[in-house]
Amino acid sequence: MDSTQAACTAYLLALGLFAAGWLLSLPLHMWRGASVRVAALLNGFALAGSIAAAAAGAFALAAPEPWRWAAPETLAGFRFSIRLDALSAFFLVSLAALAAPVSVYAFGYIRHGAYGRSPVMRSGLLNALLGALALIFTAGHVVLFLAAWEAGVAASYFLMTATHEEGETRHGGWLFILMSRAGAGMMYAGLLLLAAFAGSLDFEEFSGAGNAMPGAAAAAAFLLLFFGFGIKAGIIPLHAWLPAAHPVAPSHVSALLSGIVIKTGIYGIARVCFDFYREMPPWAGLVVLAAGVVSGLLGVLYALMEHDLKRLLAFHSIENIGIILMGFGGSLLLRSYGYPKLGALALVAGLFHTLNHALFKGLLFLGAGAVVHASHTRNMEEMGGLIRGMPRTALYFLVGAAAISGLPPLNGFVSEWLTYQALLAGFGTTTEITRVAFPVAGALLALTAALAAACFVKAFGITFLAMPRSEHARQATECGPAMRAGMAWLALACVVLGLGAPWVIPAFDGVTLQLLKTRISLSGVSWSTAALQAPPPRTGSASPLALGLLLASFSLAPWILWRLRRRRVSHRVGPVWDCGLPALTASNEYTATGFSKSIRMIFSAVFRPRREIQPQFEASPYFPSQIRFESEIRPAPGASLLAGAQELLLWVAKRARQIQAGSLHAYLAYIFVTLILLLLFGVRP
Amino acid sequence: MILSAIAAVVQALLLLLASPLITGLIRTAKARLQNRRGPSPLQPYRDLHKLLRKGVVEPETASAVFTAAPFVVFAATLLAGLLIPTVAASAPLSQFGGVLTLVYLLALGRFFLALAALDTGSSFGGMGSSREMTIAALAEPALMMAVFTAALGAGSTDPGRMAQVAIFEGWRFLAPSQMLAFAALFIVLLAETGRIPVDNPATHLELTMIHEAMILEYSGPWLALIEWSAWIRQMVLLTLLANLFFPFTLASGPGVMELLAAGGLYLLKILVLAGAVVLVETTNAKMRLFRVPELLAVAFVLGALALISTFLFGVR
Repeated sequence: MDSTQAACTAYLLALGLFAAGWLLSLPLHMWRGASVRVAALLNGFALAGSIAAAAAGAFALAAPEPWRWAAPETLAGFRFSIRLDALSAFFLVSLAALAAPVSVYAFGYIRHGAYGRSPVMRSGLLNALLGALALIFTAGHVVLFLAAWEAGVAASYFLMTATHEEGETRHGGWLFILMSRAGAGMMYAGLLLLAAFAGSLDFEEFSGAGNAMPGAAAAAAFLLLFFGFGIKAGIIPLHAWLPAAHPVAPSHVSALLSGIVIKTGIYGIARVCFDFYREMPPWAGLVVLAAGVVSGLLGVLYALMEHDLKRLLAFHSIENIGIILMGFGGSLLLRSYGYPKLGALALVAGLFHTLNHALFKGLLFLGAGAVVHASHTRNMEEMGGLIRGMPRTALYFLVGAAAISGLPPLNGFVSEWLTYQALLAGFGTTTEITRVAFPVAGALLALTAALAAACFVKAFGITFLAMPRSEHARQATECGPAMRAGMAWLALACVVLGLGAPWVIPAFDGVTLQLLKTRISLSGVSWSTAALQAPPPRTGSASPLALGLLLASFSLAPWILWRLRRRRVSHRVGPVWDCGLPALTASNEYTATGFSKSIRMIFSAVFRPRREIQPQFEASPYFPSQIRFESEIRPAPGASLLAGAQELLLWVAKRARQIQAGSLHAYLAYIFVTLILLLLFGVRP
Repeated sequence: MILSAIAAVVQALLLLLASPLITGLIRTAKARLQNRRGPSPLQPYRDLHKLLRKGVVEPETASAVFTAAPFVVFAATLLAGLLIPTVAASAPLSQFGGVLTLVYLLALGRFFLALAALDTGSSFGGMGSSREMTIAALAEPALMMAVFTAALGAGSTDPGRMAQVAIFEGWRFLAPSQMLAFAALFIVLLAETGRIPVDNPATHLELTMIHEAMILEYSGPWLALIEWSAWIRQMVLLTLLANLFFPFTLASGPGVMELLAAGGLYLLKILVLAGAVVLVETTNAKMRLFRVPELLAVAFVLGALALISTFLFGVR
């Protein structure tokens, strides 16, 4: 059996398992005796399906030819087709790499009531979501793609609103639906515009269709598709749904939402930019690069201001989408200047970051889920000291935090390093002023990455370290084995993808060959030193494996010396310096808000912070009996846009209601007018 | 292979042994300029010796992160030091990473030190941690801009290669891009090593400390490792500045005499730069914390101008 066949078999198996997991939930959900055990059974389908999907993606990446299957002509004249080319296969692997450990985690997590009152139905919906995502990544036909897209939106919505009794959850879900509709509207328009020029609804015909279009139409379709998919990906200023919707979902669903659901937007953007459009003028690359820089920087700035752990992570998703888009934008610019090889480097940087972000953000959300479950709050100000009660979770969260901060030798470092190399290489490609955009984007990427590190010092430090700030945090205990296993799996993946990056990068050859007709691995990775090397002109190399080994030995050597000495010198545990106060308590600790205060002040032009302090006193203002403190910042740009859109929508709905007067005569008149119109248009030859 | 391993060992020893001396010399020079006698330049060695022999008082609120941090910081800083050329015109471990890796390794150390500072639960720790991460974040784009300017001139992010290209092209320090980048990197050096006007290394007044506030709870060998790492980091950054912009003294061959001469010149360069740091420290007052962003913005603008002048005037 060759790898194409194997990919096809595994893919069908995966879809079958997801479908079975979902369909079984429909009758089982009705059964009154259905319990969390049944939900766990259905969860098993998700796990098995993810493993099959991983195999399908891996085989398809290795296959020389993409696997393609077209259905017989259906009723409406559509020939649905499935296509498993290299780009689809890569996203399928990313999906599976995250979904498998997430389903392992879910075995433990759903026992804690994560799915609200209908665990069986939602376990089935998890399968439905994974199936829909697999279909989105592999659909070869516009209608099938859009159908899968809508199915994915519906499944995500019902999964994220598991706790729909809470107003916040309903609000998040509503925003998600609203903005998904807006994005889908733009996508429909863009795809139909492309279809009109391609003369077909099959993606096979779409390849390069963007170049056959006249300039204005091509630009319009590109912008519609970029911003349509951009809403899903959460680029600023179209991100408003993301920090509202991701935190309210059950944490393993948040992991999927941030890890892979928003990546459907990235998939769409990659498909459009590199497959549908084989050539673009430089402005397109600049648009993508600018969107990436803005999203990255503002995403991390707003993440820093959060003290809701899950909202903080959600804003970091926006930041990482920005980093991915920097890679894509750089690649587009390099392609339009005629450097496909450097473009391939930038594309690989973006795609590798897509996979890495799925892993470490999934890990962080799973960790947040364990933390929120143990401490009964999402507010970091009420956590602290959790490393004592839950040391394993703390370790895994620390790995995720280090990876997302781009620290060597983990996977986040590798993809950020590739992005820098690509951006630097871009400077030498042209004599136009646009080339200054590359290093400026690189410097802003440095700012973004450094702020991300600050943010995760805060997220990890305030949550896990020092003294507990609440009774719940004091009593927090470690989560169950299934949840730990899910997190350990992802943490291991972050380490392996970091250290083993030189061996992973060649797997992207298929994608770059398909999209840019070139590959970087031959020149890019030298096996002898296990180092990544940017392609010629040789611009640098990095070897995460060697760095990891050296770091380990450099830190172990003094550690061993210290352990040997420790027996001979005193080692005691003492109190922390408390300035002579009676005792240090948790209220002496720095808070999350305090930690980010200096950044709030420095970037006050962005945040426009407003604070109000009202002391209440009886005798003298120097002895306040109570102090009310209020602090707020201006929400990220786009919120007012969203509010406006929401108002407009409600206004239109109100007006539209007048048509539905409830009068039978009016309805008969509508039907009559419609009939006349249809006859007029239908009968006309 | 063996040659670069030997070079790595020698360079590690150089960093470990010479970095306390440089710190000591800076302290002595500063004291003399302020009409004080000051400690002997060898005082840091004595401090190290004393601290390494002592026991440890571990804060009762701290966790394993607090214990691990000194070792991680030490390893990351030392490894970063092996990625730059010091005496010869190539870094011992250049195939394992270039200047980008160096920046990220320093970030790794900072990340763990900031976590350890939060781990004690003391407000000073939190204060130092917050300030350190803020200033580092603001210094990063300026640092990258300056490094990019040098890297773009050489077409490589390997600092050894950058130095070689600069030697090959001859004296080009007077090119506007190089001068501007040098100025930007010098400001970043002041910020990253915690020098006046950004941070005062001599202060023990809690409200103005940054680095010292983070390590307030450390004692004994752990403190020794952290102090040592800070000195190594200072030497690494001085070396980066010296060898990216004045690479001409670097030895190009493996001859012993040549290497010795280059080593002497290298220490001389570092000392001249350290002298500049001393002058800045004595003639300036420490800035208010919220003035520091303006200084770093100046560095960023200088870096950006350096880059744009590369574009306008070419590298030379």
